[in-house]
Amino acid sequence: MSFGPFLLLAVLEGTVMAAVLALTAVGLSLVFGVMRVVNVAHGEFYMLGAVLAWFITYYLPFPPALAWLAALIIAPLIVAMIAALADTLVLKRLNYDPEATIVATIGLLYMLQQAALTFYGSDARPVVAPFQWRIQLPWFGYSGYKLFVVLAAVVILAAVWLFMTRTKVGLVMRATQVDRDTAQAFGINVDRVYAGTFALGGALAAAAAVLIVPIQQAHYLMGHDPLLLSFIVVIIGGLGSIRGTLVAALVIGLSDGVISMFFSPTLAKIIATLLVALVLVFRPQGLFGARA
Amino acid sequence: MTDRAKVWGVHLLVLAALFAAQFLLPSYHVTNLARIMVLAVFAMGYNIAFGYTGLLSLGHALFFAAGMYGMGLPVWHLEWLSLPALIAGLLAGGAMAGVVGLLALRTAGVSFMIVTLMFAQAGYLTLLYLNSWTGGDEGFVVARSGRVLLGFDLATDTPRFMAAFVLFAAGLLLCLWLVRSPFGRVMVAMRENEERSRMLGYDPFRVKLTALILSGLYAGAAGAAYGMLFGYVGATFATIQYSILPMLYVLLGGAGTVLGPFLGALLMFYLIDITSGYTDAYLFVVGAALVGLVLFAPKGILGTLRERALRWLP
Repeated sequence: MSFGPFLLLAVLEGTVMAAVLALTAVGLSLVFGVMRVVNVAHGEFYMLGAVLAWFITYYLPFPPALAWLAALIIAPLIVAMIAALADTLVLKRLNYDPEATIVATIGLLYMLQQAALTFYGSDARPVVAPFQWRIQLPWFGYSGYKLFVVLAAVVILAAVWLFMTRTKVGLVMRATQVDRDTAQAFGINVDRVYAGTFALGGALAAAAAVLIVPIQQAHYLMGHDPLLLSFIVVIIGGLGSIRGTLVAALVIGLSDGVISMFFSPTLAKIIATLLVALVLVFRPQGLFGARA
Repeated sequence: MTDRAKVWGVHLLVLAALFAAQFLLPSYHVTNLARIMVLAVFAMGYNIAFGYTGLLSLGHALFFAAGMYGMGLPVWHLEWLSLPALIAGLLAGGAMAGVVGLLALRTAGVSFMIVTLMFAQAGYLTLLYLNSWTGGDEGFVVARSGRVLLGFDLATDTPRFMAAFVLFAAGLLLCLWLVRSPFGRVMVAMRENEERSRMLGYDPFRVKLTALILSGLYAGAAGAAYGMLFGYVGATFATIQYSILPMLYVLLGGAGTVLGPFLGALLMFYLIDITSGYTDAYLFVVGAALVGLVLFAPKGILGTLRERALRWLP
């Protein structure tokens, strides 16, 4: 294959990656924006989404497309419930102290990982894709499902954006983000907003995982890379800024796809992690965010 | 009895009990205890940064690994003997903490946690990337010549325990002296109220950097000793898990107490050891311990004890 088609393939792979990354990272960014806490267990919500998708498609006696669709609805709901529970039982009692929350979510990370290992096992298992179209380009064939993933991610992100900007609940969430105490004084149930935000963040990560699981297999350690990449995206985009997160996801996803294809993936990750550390030190508002 | 006598009495008593333990316990537990003492030195270093100065780092595995590789790489590639290699490991831990601190201490709180986490992750990935030099994922075994210290073969039980004990005793007494010294008080002042300490004329950046370098020296010494005593150097020791472990030990034993890190390491080690006899779900134990501690006992065992009864405990 000559350079041009090779680059096209790299860009296509990068776009798929960017789409899934954007979904995961927006969940993390939303939680940070509204609640001002960093959720280290976010990658495990992603992993849970993939593992649940495997269970659902394996045990439901539906044809692959229907079973997968069921997983896309049920898995994020279950993860959202677990997240809301974790918020009420643990984070709320810590008063959302930033440092204590990080320690507690690290604990949550280990517990969820162990639960997956115990009940699901250490094997990587595939989920059958809902459909098997192949788009034949002049140089290579490309999976139609991967393009569908990009489309689905865009639709979900648009729905989140409409939800945040056009609905009453979104307005309440934004009000809480701007000023928690004033929101409470105006009769907003802040506890419920926080639990809901944490649940929505978890559900987005789980949805991203259900989208990706027919391409990558479900494994109990699969949450590690998405967590790190989401951190990178959220920080470079500016903590708490949804628009910055989306731009950064596109940049990081695409460049990671291209760099990994032409150079070593490890080198790409080293560069990305160092970049993040330096961005936080020298430009804490992010590369794209105007204000912190 | 004066407080001063009580403080020294308690710490010397703990050291005496540990020294006696090697003659009283079966050899399985003696080896465990050697491991715990080395890990406790690592945790004491973490405690200097987190417990006393208030720097919550998620990247201490980097300093531990710097010590381990600072010791192991010269033994492997340059055929250094154990004593210079050990000193190289100690210095590597301190130097790494200095470099990270110069950059990371420009941030605070959550940003500081993430920056240290990212540096540690970059360090871990670098170890994998340079696998022709570092042995990558598989690591390497430390050569026999690097495991004989001052004529004692550290691969055998008694010298290994004694080496761990000497390191631990030195670390403990140094820590006790440090936190009761004027500089130790300034460290605590940084933790309690940085702005007010600045107003009193102290330079927070310099104090925090010094504390972090001291912490790195402890971690480096522990990493070098761990590699030398147990004969293996590997990239696993640079993973995030080895940044979490000292934090867990310190939180359990009591942040900001001299004996807390050792107590935490001892209890956690045996908790995992005993539960792994019944179930292989040891990650769950670690996770539940972390959540339980931040929820119900944020001051840890000795911290709570100091609050309730023993006000003189350093």
